[in-house]
Amino acid sequence: MAHTERRDAPGLPDFSLLKRLARDQLIFLLEQLPGKKDLFIDADLMSPLDRIANVTILKQHEVDKLYKVELKPIVSSSDQLCFLIRPRIQTVKWISDLVNSDKVAGRFRRYKIIFTPQKFYACETVLEEQGVYGDVTTDEWNFYILPLDDDILSLELPEFFRDNFLEGDQRWVTTAGSALHLLQSVYGSFSKVYGIGRCAKMVYESWRELMEEGEQRTRQPEFAKVFLIDRDVDFVTPLCSQVVYEGLVDDIFRIKCGSVEFGPDVTSSDKSIKVMLNSQDKVFDEIRNEHFSNVFGFLSQKAKNLQTAYDKRRGMDIQQMKAFVADELKGLKQEHRLLSLHIGASESMMKKKTKQDFQELLKTEHSLLEGFEIRECITHIEEHINRQVSMIDSLRLLCLLSITENGLLSKDYKSLKAQYLQSYGIEHLLTFANLRQLGLLEEQQAGETLTVMESKVGKLVTDKTVGKLTDAFSSLAKKSNFRALSKRLALVPKSGEEYDLRVPRDMAYVFSGAYIPLSCKLIEQVMERDGWTGLEEVARMLNGQEFAVTARNKTDAQRIVLVMFLGGCTYSEISALQFLGKERGCRFIVVTTAITNSARLLEIRAARNVAAIDK
Amino acid sequence: MSLKPLDVHFKVHLDLKKIELYEMGWNLKDGLRECLVAAAPYGGPISLLKGHNRRSPSARPQLEIYSSSGLPLASFPWKSGVVKQLGWTVSDDLLCVQEDGTVLVYDLLGGFKRHFSMGNEVSQSQVLETKIFHSPYGTGVAILTGALRFTLATNIDDIKLRRLPEVPGLQGAPSCWAVLTQDRQSKVLLANGSHLFILDNTACTPVTPPGLSPQASSIVHMCDSFSYKYLALLTDSGHVWMGTSNLKEKLSEVDTKIKTPPKQMAWCRRPKSQQPSAVVMWDGLLIVVGECKETIQYHLDDDSILVPELDGVRIISGTHHELLQEVPGACEEIFKIASMAPGALLLEAHKEYEKESQKADEYLREIKEQSLLSEAVRQCVEAAGHEHEPETQKTLLRAASFGKCFLSNFPPEQFVSMCRDLRVLNAVRDYTVGIPLTHTQFKQMTVQVLIDRLVYRKLYPLAIEICRYLKTPEYQGVSRVLKHWACYKVQQKEESDEVIAKAVSVKLADAAGISYSEIATKAYESGRTELAIKLLEFEPRSGEQVPLLLKIKKSPLALSKAIESGDTDLVYTVVMYLKNELNRGDFFMMLRNQPVALSLYKQFCKHQEQDTLKDLFNQDDDHEELGNLYVKASYKEQRLEARIALLQSAVDEYYKAKNEFSAKTTEDEMRLLRFQRELEEKKGELLVGFSLHDTMTTLLSVGLHKQAEQLYKDFRVPDKRFWWLKLKSLAEKEDWEELEKFGKSKKSPIGYLPFVEVCIKHHNKYEAKKYVSKVTPEQKVKAHLAVGDMEGAAEAAIERRNESEISTVLSRCSATTDHLLMERLNRAKATAVKK
Repeated sequence: MAHTERRDAPGLPDFSLLKRLARDQLIFLLEQLPGKKDLFIDADLMSPLDRIANVTILKQHEVDKLYKVELKPIVSSSDQLCFLIRPRIQTVKWISDLVNSDKVAGRFRRYKIIFTPQKFYACETVLEEQGVYGDVTTDEWNFYILPLDDDILSLELPEFFRDNFLEGDQRWVTTAGSALHLLQSVYGSFSKVYGIGRCAKMVYESWRELMEEGEQRTRQPEFAKVFLIDRDVDFVTPLCSQVVYEGLVDDIFRIKCGSVEFGPDVTSSDKSIKVMLNSQDKVFDEIRNEHFSNVFGFLSQKAKNLQTAYDKRRGMDIQQMKAFVADELKGLKQEHRLLSLHIGASESMMKKKTKQDFQELLKTEHSLLEGFEIRECITHIEEHINRQVSMIDSLRLLCLLSITENGLLSKDYKSLKAQYLQSYGIEHLLTFANLRQLGLLEEQQAGETLTVMESKVGKLVTDKTVGKLTDAFSSLAKKSNFRALSKRLALVPKSGEEYDLRVPRDMAYVFSGAYIPLSCKLIEQVMERDGWTGLEEVARMLNGQEFAVTARNKTDAQRIVLVMFLGGCTYSEISALQFLGKERGCRFIVVTTAITNSARLLEIRAARNVAAIDK
Repeated sequence: MSLKPLDVHFKVHLDLKKIELYEMGWNLKDGLRECLVAAAPYGGPISLLKGHNRRSPSARPQLEIYSSSGLPLASFPWKSGVVKQLGWTVSDDLLCVQEDGTVLVYDLLGGFKRHFSMGNEVSQSQVLETKIFHSPYGTGVAILTGALRFTLATNIDDIKLRRLPEVPGLQGAPSCWAVLTQDRQSKVLLANGSHLFILDNTACTPVTPPGLSPQASSIVHMCDSFSYKYLALLTDSGHVWMGTSNLKEKLSEVDTKIKTPPKQMAWCRRPKSQQPSAVVMWDGLLIVVGECKETIQYHLDDDSILVPELDGVRIISGTHHELLQEVPGACEEIFKIASMAPGALLLEAHKEYEKESQKADEYLREIKEQSLLSEAVRQCVEAAGHEHEPETQKTLLRAASFGKCFLSNFPPEQFVSMCRDLRVLNAVRDYTVGIPLTHTQFKQMTVQVLIDRLVYRKLYPLAIEICRYLKTPEYQGVSRVLKHWACYKVQQKEESDEVIAKAVSVKLADAAGISYSEIATKAYESGRTELAIKLLEFEPRSGEQVPLLLKIKKSPLALSKAIESGDTDLVYTVVMYLKNELNRGDFFMMLRNQPVALSLYKQFCKHQEQDTLKDLFNQDDDHEELGNLYVKASYKEQRLEARIALLQSAVDEYYKAKNEFSAKTTEDEMRLLRFQRELEEKKGELLVGFSLHDTMTTLLSVGLHKQAEQLYKDFRVPDKRFWWLKLKSLAEKEDWEELEKFGKSKKSPIGYLPFVEVCIKHHNKYEAKKYVSKVTPEQKVKAHLAVGDMEGAAEAAIERRNESEISTVLSRCSATTDHLLMERLNRAKATAVKK
């Protein structure tokens, strides 16, 4: 790694314990349905499940066949069906239909639904309404947290974002609270809790209630502080193109549950290869947090070293050769394999990212962040839409524009929206409705209500005051205050200065020195001040809802900080936090409801598949 | 020995002692004569019904309930029918069996709890005799009807009436009968003269007890033991037969030499004792029979009743309350005259030690020589447990403690727990409390049950003291008692809601694990809704508040509490409840005020009830959302007509929402769909469902330029888009001629750099070069570079004297081939920088 770690950095707790707990409980639940059974698994649970209990373990506990839940009629000859699902109404309805059709066919089977991480009353209501409540048994698998890496924990709930921030459905709040409770009961309690955002506050409340109900265990705590942050506090960061290696891999190849599938263009063979991306992979571990421009140089250096290591065997006598083959060769081979994969991946990314389009995209992004040449940016976005370059990227730029500029001017909004619909179809009317709901893409309402107010007030006071009032009103109307925030927190470094990406100065390196992630900056500031004092203005601009609580049991502060992102976090943010940790001699552990990036953020609210027209 | 055991009778095989428990506190005029009496086991309460046989309505009999020490607990005139039998359940509830088979249940403070019937058949033919019995399954009631049939309920808390089969040859009431518990079943054993029958669910089986003396012509009395294992039969010849209750084995037979039928008979033995012994009572006489031929006789001054216990028999008379029990082994060992048992020696040693005599050492030595000291300590501790007199207990425990000093590694638990148990026992045996438990009974019944009984008698402070003293975990101990107290408190009608709520909250403030909702439920049940709501305020867990709030019909409050809790499950619970409870309009109105609940319900409807969703939006006049809903529905629709129809509905809604933009866009879409279909039919090109952009792309790619132009005009497609589209599609088809024509048709709104780039993308440098000259000066360098014309690029850059552009060109030059060019560029760069 380019930056050396401070020697007094604390060690990390062992999170594999969480996996073991989850596995033991799952096995226990499977044993509750003795005999051979077929297991149906929700598609998005397959990868996490694989990390907990692989097929062999499942088979050992009499799982006969494994199926993916596809919401279609099933073909299974087994008399016992077990469903391992997320508590979604849709899935439960599908199961009810299945049970009912079996009933009609006069077929007797035993059904068991295992909800993870918990069951919801709504699901049971569906079972009841469909008249199958007595035919199925239900259970909960309290699999709250999947450790993706030594310092990344994920709840694997991508829908958290949509449900909580878009639909206003707070059902996952208790889940997040329980996850924190689990961490606390296994790894000891925290001395301080900070947070910002409505959801963060609710999660904290739910967690506190759990704490009060359960018995207090006096265990040497392994974490010092917790920071809870809502995703909607900072939408800017996940909307930016990622340029740190791991983030780029995620943007381009999509990392799924800590592993990625490299296609033929990377592996330079006709097969795709699935690779686990975590700190076990030594090559990856060294480049994951690096700016992409450094990666190539690093990899070639690595290749040279490897060659030297291989070359050692020349001029070895038979004894040395034996030792070499026995001890080193395997490691070298492994390293070789990984190295060639990452070189392949870098090449393929390089091809995509050095293209004109991408460069211009980055330029636009940076201009938007700086608030510079906005007109040109809009023109560029327009062209981007007109040329149908990329559905997601266009949307991303639109959102970025809206957030940084406090909404689009009505004229621009209408024209850009019309063009977008022309390019990608009318169903995106809903996409726009959703984005507006989220506050990601808005039309400026310099408008009616305020002007009415103003004119009323205006009659009463002098012209000068009217001007001031107008300012005050317009600042009231603005929901996102990115520009002001950016100034206050110095998120955008002064332009014109050279930024040496090889020796990062601050967290801005994760965006080529153009922008310090707001979320991470906020965490840094709060940690530094040990609270929100001095940040009141910032918090107000972020719609408030900040809190800081000191727990009763004061402990000698282990310098491990747990940061929980409610609604997902990006790899860039993780990299930035790691960097911050190294600077400050502490460790950050990231707990997130899911790993996200711009595409995931925008996709889930893009309209779902359109049915084909029958002829 | 100065210590004299009380009334220890030394007989050959049987050692009994009679302990006076209380002098009764009641003041009964006629003693127990002409009374229905029932006393509950485990030192429970006593109930009396005086003059129950008097049928005149003017003189109502009085039902009285006393503690074991004779202190009144309740008294009230009996207003219901004629009572045949009184009895107590295992949980200290009073059962009154009436002539018509109705059973009334009262608590021990005389509060009416409930009643149940023993069936039609019983009420028709009336109750002849009845017995209340205990089994491992609870308390049961057995009835012999006037029709000489038996009806049985094994557990009154879970009544399943069983009518037993007929007994052949039964003419009148059987001479005696009893309920036995065998093979996990309750059976009736009855005697008809000298014949014995066992009645179970299905059959009536004649049985003969082995070795019953033949002189008997009739069995006049029978009883089973407290443990259900043994049975005693008394014949008209005065013989008592004792054996196992399955009638397989005879233990002994004793002749009492009294031929009159007795008043009562009961077993008197302690668990694990080898000696069978039964107590038979006549007027003024009590005879204890055992294994040998000898009997022990006591005279009774007064009418008495026998109460069988786990380890003895209590004898209650009008003035006294005594316990008759076999002398426990440990006590016998220690207190037997001239006993040399280790315990006795230790007691003696301690006594000498107190006198500061050296004899103490001698005694101790004697025990130690046989290495029986630990045995001695154990004996003393055990004996202390069986003693009722605190002084004797103390002496024995002191001796044990003294002996312990000379032992290393002696586990202290037994001693410590015995001290604690005795303290508790002495407290509850107190005259004012009146629960005369023995140590054996206490261990059998457990602390929890004792606490329950105290709570039942509303002796809350004592119960709490005991919990604290025994360090019972709060949740099972103090908190539980407090909860019961609070439940009782809220039923006190005379106090105001505020006072009670305050009192409860003050008392319960720092007790762990209190469920205020339970207390509130009690308050609600006793008709104090306001108090219930007040109490619920103290409940920290919203999950517990909500169900009760729903029950007392405070649904808005329940809903807001559920939302406050942040627990969506709870919100769903309330929402679903309200959905069924309220009419639709009210339900929607209520949701409208609670956005969280509303959005949850919408989520639910999205999957379960699409139509409801529509209604919801309609009610809110949310036409925007309705429009969106239609649009969404439209693209799930597979038939074009239906899709257009849905879009039309969307348009209407959008207009209502004053969202012109969406309405217009949707109308455009409808127009587009029709256009697409028309073309599809005409030209056979797959078009329907494409976006405008995609449609135009397709049209251009198949050469339908006219139609594409039409769309361009009809849908006000921006020039830029159209140019891009056309440019791309022409290049795609490599129709360079058409492209050139297009380029010249008018001034390109997107400039000419895209022309260059598109040509290059399709590897046509020649065509690309055509457009280089048309590119604006700012883009010249880029254009030249794109076609690979280094010289041109250099030329343009130098001309513009732009440093960064020069650098760009420089970076693209290769040192070998473009040597000269680089020199020129470097020079130009130098001048540009200077400027």
